[in-house]
Amino acid sequence: MKRREFWARLRRNRLAMTGLTLVVGLFAVSLLAPWLAPYDPNFIDLKEVLMPPTSQHLLGTDPLGRDVLSRIIYGSAVSLKVGFVAVGLATLIGLIIGAVAGFYGGWVDQVLMRLVDLMLCFPTFFLILAVIALLEPSIWNIMVVIGLTNWMGVARLVRAEFLSLKEREFVVAARALGASDARLMVRHLLPNALAPVMVSATLGVAGAILTESALSFLGLGVQPPTPSWGNILTAGKDNIEIAWWLSFFPGLAILATVMSYNLLGEGIREAIDPRLKE
Amino acid sequence: MPEILLQAQNLSRHFRLAGPWGRGPVLQAVDGVNFDLPGGETLGLVGESGCGKSTLGRLVLALLTPTRGEVRFLGEDLHRLPKARLKEARKQLQIIFQDPYSSLNPRMTVGQILEEPFIIHGLGTRKDRRDWTAQLLQEVGLSPEQRDRYPHEFSGGQRQRIGIARALALKPRLIVADEPVSALDVSIQAQILNLLAELQGRHGLTYLFISHDLSVISRISTRIAVMYAGRLMELASREIFDTARLHPYTEALLAAVPLPDPDRPFKPPALRGEPPSPLAIPSGCPFHPRCPEAQLPVCREVAPEYRETAPGHWVACHFR
Repeated sequence: MKRREFWARLRRNRLAMTGLTLVVGLFAVSLLAPWLAPYDPNFIDLKEVLMPPTSQHLLGTDPLGRDVLSRIIYGSAVSLKVGFVAVGLATLIGLIIGAVAGFYGGWVDQVLMRLVDLMLCFPTFFLILAVIALLEPSIWNIMVVIGLTNWMGVARLVRAEFLSLKEREFVVAARALGASDARLMVRHLLPNALAPVMVSATLGVAGAILTESALSFLGLGVQPPTPSWGNILTAGKDNIEIAWWLSFFPGLAILATVMSYNLLGEGIREAIDPRLKE
Repeated sequence: MPEILLQAQNLSRHFRLAGPWGRGPVLQAVDGVNFDLPGGETLGLVGESGCGKSTLGRLVLALLTPTRGEVRFLGEDLHRLPKARLKEARKQLQIIFQDPYSSLNPRMTVGQILEEPFIIHGLGTRKDRRDWTAQLLQEVGLSPEQRDRYPHEFSGGQRQRIGIARALALKPRLIVADEPVSALDVSIQAQILNLLAELQGRHGLTYLFISHDLSVISRISTRIAVMYAGRLMELASREIFDTARLHPYTEALLAAVPLPDPDRPFKPPALRGEPPSPLAIPSGCPFHPRCPEAQLPVCREVAPEYRETAPGHWVACHFR
């Protein structure tokens, strides 16, 4: 797949470009949070408790009088960090396990793939809940635990790619030249196996963000006062009859972010798939 | 008498297939193959699809481990060499493939592909390697300016030249050419065959040339080996092959070569049936069910000995 052709095909996909724009926008927002946010996200103003959206507080305030817009803007950093670190970790583990299983085959493959099956048996979310309940809930623990429970899909993908790629003649040629196993894997197999991994990683980011929001919502994620979209929602739940804005806007942020990663991932998948070539 | 570069002794490779409950049937890809290959010669290995030619080629290069027997390269058993010595020996043993589309890594430029052999063996500085890849490209009729292009930017014939350049990089003595022209147009085939012959003269290369196409084989080979169902049926110099070949299978293969002559009367194919499945090789002589000649009990029951009937002429048949 030529890089220029890939971009041309991605650019023609309007939904994917919408997703990409939103993802890039989110990055900008979280990096520029101190300049974009109108208030300090932790500034408590008890005279302005549960204010509906006004020109002073565009998205209203929470039960402690904190500005919801500022909290959502600062909270975006949590989503980004969780998305990238958790998925980065999951992808790294999946790549290594899948590569070793696919390359060496035989009993190594058997053992590693049974490990994958074993991990897939657990209902991931409840496993994460149990682990977080035992450890102290912090953003780093969440990222690591999400990463450690989401690598199986990548491992299977990479293994399948390696199984077919290792029989290809350019790999045999490199072996005949005396290339080491590590070199064969890193230089010849990996670069040709990355495309489907990219797609799965992009889609995985959406899943990780959703998991983090759910954990924070349950109080097992990012701990107050640090804002995260999930824990803003928790405050919203208690006041849902009197302060709709407290649930609506963070929910919208989660929805838009997850959807834009999904759109982008699907777009990349379509741009890569040679069968969709016109 | 030139030195013997390569020797196969009782070389066999069986694959055990996976069955529904673990171990499945055994596939005999190569069985009891013996030959000597003197330096500077071209041994053409011919046979129908699936007869084990490519497996034999990979055994010779130590890309597959034999089930039985050995491969001696300059007297040393390749498959018993320690890892470091085998890596050293690989410089002498190279391969050219059939499919010029899957034999080059699509993510590497031509320069990177040709530089890799030197990097693997830790040869030269960056500048040396650049000079060497330029020389290699020139040697196979490409221009050094093309080094930064990717394989998909080349035609099939050009890609095959890149594959040849890669095989030449470490100055090997033996090159296994596994159907190197079968995927190319006839006009390009001739160019590539000429290039291979030219390189052989310039570098004193020895070829094990694998093909199912007898006209290609007889054009480039000094000796010809005929393979059937994983075994060698006949091996002889090209002169003997042209005038005094013995095996009925060899005869049948030659009779099947099409001649571009519209006035030649159509002859029905000399061979009946299909080549046997390597999972169920016939008893006795593997060729007996299709053999147009001797249909005697001995053919069905006893595997014929592969023996030298005249100096340099080996045959496996009860009647010759």
